[in-house]
Amino acid sequence: MSWTGKFLRVNLTEGTVKSEALNREWARLYLGQRGLASKYLAEEIDPRVDPLSPDNKIIFTTGPLTGTNASTAGRYSVVTKGPLTGCIACSNSGGMFGAELKNAGWDMIIFEGRAAKPVYFHVENDRAELRDAQPFWGKTVWETDAGLKAHHQDPMLRVATIGASGENGVLFACIVNDLHRAAGRSGVGAVMGSKNLKAVAVRGSKGVRVKDPVRFLKSVAEQKQVLADNAVTSQGLPTYGTQVLMNVINEVGALPTRNFQDVQFDGARRISAEAMREPRRSDGKANLVTNAACFGCTIACGRISQIDPGHYTIVNRPEYRHASGGLEYEAAWALGAATGVDDLEALTFANFLCNEHAIDPISFGATVAAAMELYELGAITSKETGGIILTFGSAEALTALAELTGKAQGFGRDIGLGSKRLCAKYGHPDLSMTVKGQEFPAYDPRGIQGMGLSYATSNRGACHLRGYTVASEIMGTPVKTDPLVTDGKAALVKAFQDATAAFDSAGICIFTSFAWTLENVAPQLDAACEGEWTADYLLEVGERIWNLERQFNLAAGMTAKDDTLPKRLLKEAAKTGPAKGLASGLATMLPEYYAQRGWSAAGVPTAETLKRLALA
Amino acid sequence: MSMATATLKLFSQLSDYLPPGADQNQALIEIGPSTTVDGVITALALPAGKCHLVLLNGVFIPPSERIATPIRPGDALAIWPPVGGG
Ligand code: SF4
Repeated sequence: MSWTGKFLRVNLTEGTVKSEALNREWARLYLGQRGLASKYLAEEIDPRVDPLSPDNKIIFTTGPLTGTNASTAGRYSVVTKGPLTGCIACSNSGGMFGAELKNAGWDMIIFEGRAAKPVYFHVENDRAELRDAQPFWGKTVWETDAGLKAHHQDPMLRVATIGASGENGVLFACIVNDLHRAAGRSGVGAVMGSKNLKAVAVRGSKGVRVKDPVRFLKSVAEQKQVLADNAVTSQGLPTYGTQVLMNVINEVGALPTRNFQDVQFDGARRISAEAMREPRRSDGKANLVTNAACFGCTIACGRISQIDPGHYTIVNRPEYRHASGGLEYEAAWALGAATGVDDLEALTFANFLCNEHAIDPISFGATVAAAMELYELGAITSKETGGIILTFGSAEALTALAELTGKAQGFGRDIGLGSKRLCAKYGHPDLSMTVKGQEFPAYDPRGIQGMGLSYATSNRGACHLRGYTVASEIMGTPVKTDPLVTDGKAALVKAFQDATAAFDSAGICIFTSFAWTLENVAPQLDAACEGEWTADYLLEVGERIWNLERQFNLAAGMTAKDDTLPKRLLKEAAKTGPAKGLASGLATMLPEYYAQRGWSAAGVPTAETLKRLALA
Repeated sequence: MSMATATLKLFSQLSDYLPPGADQNQALIEIGPSTTVDGVITALALPAGKCHLVLLNGVFIPPSERIATPIRPGDALAIWPPVGGG
């Protein structure tokens, strides 16, 4: 119980749909969602497959708590081999889609093969079928969502879809559900596109059964109270969103600016949470309209924004005047500080376009930042950009490229390669701020040392959501550590990585971890799911998942050499702020991390480690 | 002779406590030779529970050190209530 115990296997090549029983032994070992789907992927595909070939598979997966009334329990993940990185990819999203899939009676959907013609997958409880998506091919997320709802005459249909970006191989194309929630990273949308799979549309009304309903309700109520009593989850996140970090991270000197040339951005305040709440001079209204919550969430960190109707981006485009998904911190950073653009309305418009066309705003913004540096060096000229003046700080260039990349047109196709391939193409591979091909998020590892190790060792390439030591190093959760030192960071990174893998496999949002530890998650799982679930066991599950992902990546051809950072971060010191004079101390932390993990000096899990984790 | 000044920045829910004339979440405050981090927090009647992330020139000052940490001319003192994000 809590798992539905069955999943759908869809062979796109043959056009078949089958129901299969969930492997209960694997559920015991890998919990659900990220962990369990990673196990299925690792068992079912050769890690060396071309991610965009029919031999890759893509799994939409829920966790055991998804669809229950535990707080934030609406999460699902998309697991596949990522085309941006060549690593295992697992992108997590909120909104309503995940809970709907679970309520339709399915723990996950495994898509394999490649359809001959564009299709979408429609699930209505037990009925599940592939349908013709020709009318939606080439359409945006917003058009597809509206079109499918109209076609099925069901305004409550929950749609996860790609845009033209995913159809045309933009390597950081994402999957957007519920109009503006995204399984964002690593190019999972391009995998969908390569399979001619336009969308998954789901309607479920079965409910989710739990093991001990009375104990579950009591536990859920207690843990919701913990969120309600915590200043971050009850006040900070709903009021200011994740964007509260813009000024914080700038102040501590860890806000990567202009493709990581600097660590502080003088425009940070103008694109921050505080600015989003201020009335604009032009129309007296604030950019932020309201906050919003994903399914069952009692935190509600989501931002809903409305662009200034007189702003250049939409003055002649009334179709963008409605309120829609606004800036989260990572997007605001990538579109803003990374590119040197401090025009809040332009960033909001670029963010709308990222949602509308299903591209990852982090990788998009970071790639534009790299392109801007290449342009200023003369390696890219206006000839390549089609006349776009691609200098740092140009809002016009940013918004034009968001549209071109989202539609996979013109110079947008080059941006759609991602920063690593773009910088290689134009002769400056060192200017790509990536790990394993994936662009960095919004924390400079010179100013927050633990994040350097976290990025270098992340199993899906540079990422903040695999081990968010910022919580400890900056915010003091669960304990404050010094962001400028490397001491103790190996153990800290490992602890965050393992705990996060468990959170990500349960069906809940990682933002609960500002108030919850696994001690708060375990009683909810234990009341909902068969078996016995303790915090200690969950940590073991998390560590097992981490090692499973690592094994996949090693088999895919990654080596310890890939656990590194760009030269700029290892050699060029921060120029301002508390980290002035410091580069990343990765070389000190990495051997200690391998040792903590029970890996060899070459970064390979030892036989003993694999045995301890039931991986051998 | 004019007094020496430092920059005070209050963010998030503490924005309401900014002194008159503040702009963009910051204001200049006058400081004397004995002004400390704790002294500024007390003088502005900032709720102690909300002064979670206290940064002097970007460096975290733990609660136990706030009484003894002086503010010098040109320093930037920035304060937030508990924050989270990512
Ligand atoms: S905390 Fe934010 S991202 Fe997480 S489930 Fe709630 S609204 Fe969604």
